[in-house]
Amino acid sequence: MSAAEATVTPTPRRVSTRFFRSELWLIFGRRRNWVGMAVLASVPVLITVAVKLTSPGPGDGPDFVSRITGNGLFAALAALTLELPLFLPLAVAAISGDAVAGEANLGTLRYLLTVPVDRTRLLAVKFAAIVVFALSAVLLVAGVGAVLGLILFGGGPMLTLSGSQLPFPAGLGRVLLVCLYMTACLTALGAIGLFVSTLTEQPIGATIAVLILTLASEILDVIPQLSWLHRYLPTHYWLAYGDLLRDPIALGGVGAGLLSAAAYTVIFTTAAWARFGSRDVSS
Amino acid sequence: MSADLAIESRGLTKRFRSGQVAVNGIDLAVPTGSVYGFLGPNGSGKTTTIRLLLGLIRPTAGTHSLLGEPMPRAAAGVLPRVGAMVEGPAFHPYLSGRDNLRRLDAADRTADPSTAAARVDAALDRVGLLAAAGKRYRQYSLGMRQRLALAATLLRPRDLLILDEPTNGLDPQGTREVRALLGALAAGGTTVLLSTHLLSEVEQICTHVGVMHLGRLVAQGSLADLRARTEPRAQVHTGDPAGAARVLSGLGLADVSVTGGTVTARVGEVEPEKIVAALVRDDVPVRGFAVTAADLEEMFVGLTGEGFDVSG
Repeated sequence: MSAAEATVTPTPRRVSTRFFRSELWLIFGRRRNWVGMAVLASVPVLITVAVKLTSPGPGDGPDFVSRITGNGLFAALAALTLELPLFLPLAVAAISGDAVAGEANLGTLRYLLTVPVDRTRLLAVKFAAIVVFALSAVLLVAGVGAVLGLILFGGGPMLTLSGSQLPFPAGLGRVLLVCLYMTACLTALGAIGLFVSTLTEQPIGATIAVLILTLASEILDVIPQLSWLHRYLPTHYWLAYGDLLRDPIALGGVGAGLLSAAAYTVIFTTAAWARFGSRDVSS
Repeated sequence: MSADLAIESRGLTKRFRSGQVAVNGIDLAVPTGSVYGFLGPNGSGKTTTIRLLLGLIRPTAGTHSLLGEPMPRAAAGVLPRVGAMVEGPAFHPYLSGRDNLRRLDAADRTADPSTAAARVDAALDRVGLLAAAGKRYRQYSLGMRQRLALAATLLRPRDLLILDEPTNGLDPQGTREVRALLGALAAGGTTVLLSTHLLSEVEQICTHVGVMHLGRLVAQGSLADLRARTEPRAQVHTGDPAGAARVLSGLGLADVSVTGGTVTARVGEVEPEKIVAALVRDDVPVRGFAVTAADLEEMFVGLTGEGFDVSG
């Protein structure tokens, strides 16, 4: 390793996915996150097994749960519905809160920046990894629910919320659309988490802040006196995915939800960039 | 900015939001190919300077360049040629040493992925960590952590190494190994900025020295030049201190001091052999005679004060 070899200014490869892959490997290889994923996956298991053991009649229990006996696919929707208010946001809050604050806390941030990793690139990679994680978490819950539901109760046509029947492949497509919609909602939360993560060197603090924000938004959303505020709340349109289970698909709520998610994502990724781009890294 | 300086700064200043001026208008000049000892008491602004040099924090005032390129504008092109250790090692505790290095290499867009595995292992080997490469970082001792941070700076050939107290926490053997490694790198043409408070380290491997005190660069130059600035002293061991002191004063030596059987004085322009001759002529019994250059420690203390308190 003589210095003469290095004297030429190194040229960066134009497209490199190595750092992004390394980031995914860091998230999905971490034992803490495996435990989190196991918790996420346990809910659809609990639901399907409980339904199998008790066999509730129609009209008994929450909407989707009662439909599982008719079509195992509903186990996926039931599990997603139960996890959307708390478990899924908690998972995304943990990953996004850790994004920058975790590296700052360990001190690895200063070593990444001196590699060098451009700060904008660092945020882009961190954000992309959050999106991949959110999608994986949703697909995990839906996948475990669907597979177990289909094994225990079988498939068949799907009864839509409008009362019509959809053939099985179309029903499966609808479930996938619901997954994508939830991922978009959780991505917006991840963007908020990424921003909060640039404010602190305490990843747990960032995670708790995002979680409090989520729960506060959910609470405010059920106070009728604040109805003027509701449509600006980040969680307001989360439950609109029911629109995707109508026949034909209703776009009102989902469209507004996607718009809201896009707005939150743009605002908070930009805020994260503005904050982190100029920040002194003294951790 | 000059091309034969690997690091150059002009009026580099950092005032923190608290109002504290951590680095106060320093003009660093680290010649290409030198091993530059960056000295200073704890809290004198060494680490803040290093953070400024690497673009981790923004200067309140002043400019600087690395390898002749203006920072932070040229960071993307220059920093791959710079290996850095800043304020101790920092890695992911649940990853192995090898996986931590792989991650850093993956983050480097200019690194060749096809040689990554070989380069990572070569770097681990150079710091003697290959046998423990698969262990989790969490289980590493302080010395092993320090070695891993050093290995990270060796993932590719570098033109400049900026090392913040690299031998901190190492055992004596480790310290020697690191010194030998730095010597080999310097012999290969790599410029090294070595922040330290170990004067022995500076005496053994540095060619140049910069001394920080209270955020200011109070001295800078080649080690030989700085040494020459401090005057050598004559030292006489004798059974007749009073007589010896009288002779030394008579010869015009300044700053004569007597401690027990030893008399010392600044040599000045007087030739040492004449001092001995004069002592013998006056029947002063001479048991020993030496001319000693002021050691680095005295010089350092002279520049930064005796106080034990860290600089606020």
